[in-house]
Amino acid sequence: MTYTIDERGYYGNFGGAYIPEMLYPNIEELRSRYLDIIGEADFQNQFSQLLHDYVGRPTPLFYAYRLSERYQAKIYLKREDLCHTGAHKINNTIGQILLAKKLGKQKIIAETGAGQHGVATATVCALMGMECIVYMGQLDMERQRPNVERMRILGTTVVPATSGNMTLKDATNEAMRHWINNPTDTHYIIGSVVGPHPYPDMVARFQSVISEEIRNQLYKQEGNPYPDYVIACVGGGSNAAGAFYHFVNDEHVQLIGVEAAGLGIDSGESAATTFLGKPGVLHGSKTLLMQTEDGQVVEPYSISAGLDYPGIGPWHAHLFETGRVKFLNATDDEAMKAGIELSRTEGIIPAIETAHAVAVLKKMEFSPDDVVVINVSGRGDKDLETYIRWGKY
Amino acid sequence: MEIINVMNRIDKLFQQKKENILSVFFTAGFPALNDTIEIARQLESAGVDMIEIGIPFSDPIADGPVIQQSSKQAIDNGMTVKLLLDQVREIRKTVSMPIILMGYLNPVMQYGMDRFFEDAAAAGVDGLILPDMPFDEFESSYKEKMEDLNLYTIFLIAPTTSDERIQRIDQASRGFIYAVSSSSTTGSKNEFDENQIKYFQRLKHKQLRNPFLIGFGISNKETFSAACHYGAGAIVGSAFIKLLSTSTGLVTDISTFIRTLKS
Repeated sequence: MTYTIDERGYYGNFGGAYIPEMLYPNIEELRSRYLDIIGEADFQNQFSQLLHDYVGRPTPLFYAYRLSERYQAKIYLKREDLCHTGAHKINNTIGQILLAKKLGKQKIIAETGAGQHGVATATVCALMGMECIVYMGQLDMERQRPNVERMRILGTTVVPATSGNMTLKDATNEAMRHWINNPTDTHYIIGSVVGPHPYPDMVARFQSVISEEIRNQLYKQEGNPYPDYVIACVGGGSNAAGAFYHFVNDEHVQLIGVEAAGLGIDSGESAATTFLGKPGVLHGSKTLLMQTEDGQVVEPYSISAGLDYPGIGPWHAHLFETGRVKFLNATDDEAMKAGIELSRTEGIIPAIETAHAVAVLKKMEFSPDDVVVINVSGRGDKDLETYIRWGKY
Repeated sequence: MEIINVMNRIDKLFQQKKENILSVFFTAGFPALNDTIEIARQLESAGVDMIEIGIPFSDPIADGPVIQQSSKQAIDNGMTVKLLLDQVREIRKTVSMPIILMGYLNPVMQYGMDRFFEDAAAAGVDGLILPDMPFDEFESSYKEKMEDLNLYTIFLIAPTTSDERIQRIDQASRGFIYAVSSSSTTGSKNEFDENQIKYFQRLKHKQLRNPFLIGFGISNKETFSAACHYGAGAIVGSAFIKLLSTSTGLVTDISTFIRTLKS
């Protein structure tokens, strides 16, 4: 079984580049050059150095004593929450902005849901002195005001997406429209492993540093680079892609993706794409997609703004279809409780996205020797309002 | 099958008329669910040469605000692919001009690609524009089937499309080529600039196998007649949908709108 992308940009039945002709030259330019650019020694040096000096990598792999005791397994936390800007998102934006510079682009656009990817993009644009526009659903702008202001402080223009339901999906549509209207001087930094080929592969490569570090750190700490389980939450799936990347061909490492069940899988208010989705095309790739019988995209729901995306990256769709990754889910309530649990047992307030990954510990059976890595994709500062509103702590 | 021997209405149109072809785009099921039928009839009696009926989609990335809004309303009205095909059958009882369906891939995929081609051809559709369908996928998976059904695929080209790719698209296209006037989403502009004119001239001098129609940003008689100067005609979309969204009397408004465009 192969889990890698083929030369046409597909992972099995998923992926590809489903884009209107107006975007073809942009995507073709990226497709034909991204591997060469990423492979250059100069690019690699700059990328590693920025990840080290600016992002603060490698992030720690922390042995969670109390959690391990509670669940009777050796539980490690990969601390992506300690990255500059508070989440793994910046690994990708550093990579893409370096790539944009190599392509000679002067302007950057991005979409954002909760604002984490928007902040990570605004940050690298400030760092590189590049003009930046971030599209954000008007509803999300109201819900995530601190992140809107963070982006503005960093010098980015935040444009409200007022079409559709005014959330992440619509912000992505608006960013793609902007790119159609500004095809030559602008690079579009997509924030997850979604979009037309080569984005899913490119973003996964930039995030793959997560699993590369896990391997090295586990080797040092456990004498064996391979964990028994890697657990990560999946919205679009970028942190999971990064955490799974270097383990995907080691079949003895069990990979667990955790989706947001919202109010419950069958409640009609959910974002669990592998359970509720069917193959379809959105934002330039064929993937699993939550949609009506007539092929209209359904607005997903989760308490976590970073997980309420109606699709998942095409690689994840393939990993799901082949059974390589086992997908579980956690409801709003389960995730919030797990967020409090991690706060109380380890002194780490996680992002609510991450809390979904923590929540499945309760649903799994471990042996005492099992090495379990949970990817702590982001920190909970941005979610304080949600924690407060939930209130049960 | 006898259908193979019948000339596609698009070919017939371009054989009879070499210039000033007016094609009008409108969204199915907008403003009201069953307006599709009446609008098609009125457009033919107003002297339009061809219609493109949009299959509404929740996430139309190549469209500007006007078409997005009409798509959203059409979906809210209950528009579906199946219903649209029923409406086309109804339209075909009285309307003889070419009918093209234009839409994003996902709703068509859910209907079933082959089934959609068959049902569309049977309903009297002459061509399809599926802007996010990859060219390679068309050639490997759908081309043969569509040819069997005498159903044409119209591809888009944009100012940023390379010469080599234009040639390839020209080879694969049947009927005509849809030349997008600028690097933009639909409905973005009101007049042509120097670069657009250069691009139209470049296309005109290419002596493509297929005629081309210019679309995106054709909103008034000035842009229509300028487009007709270079291409075989032009496609009006957003401007017409704007009219539909404010119209209180479709029959008079459509005929006035078309008369003004062609004057």
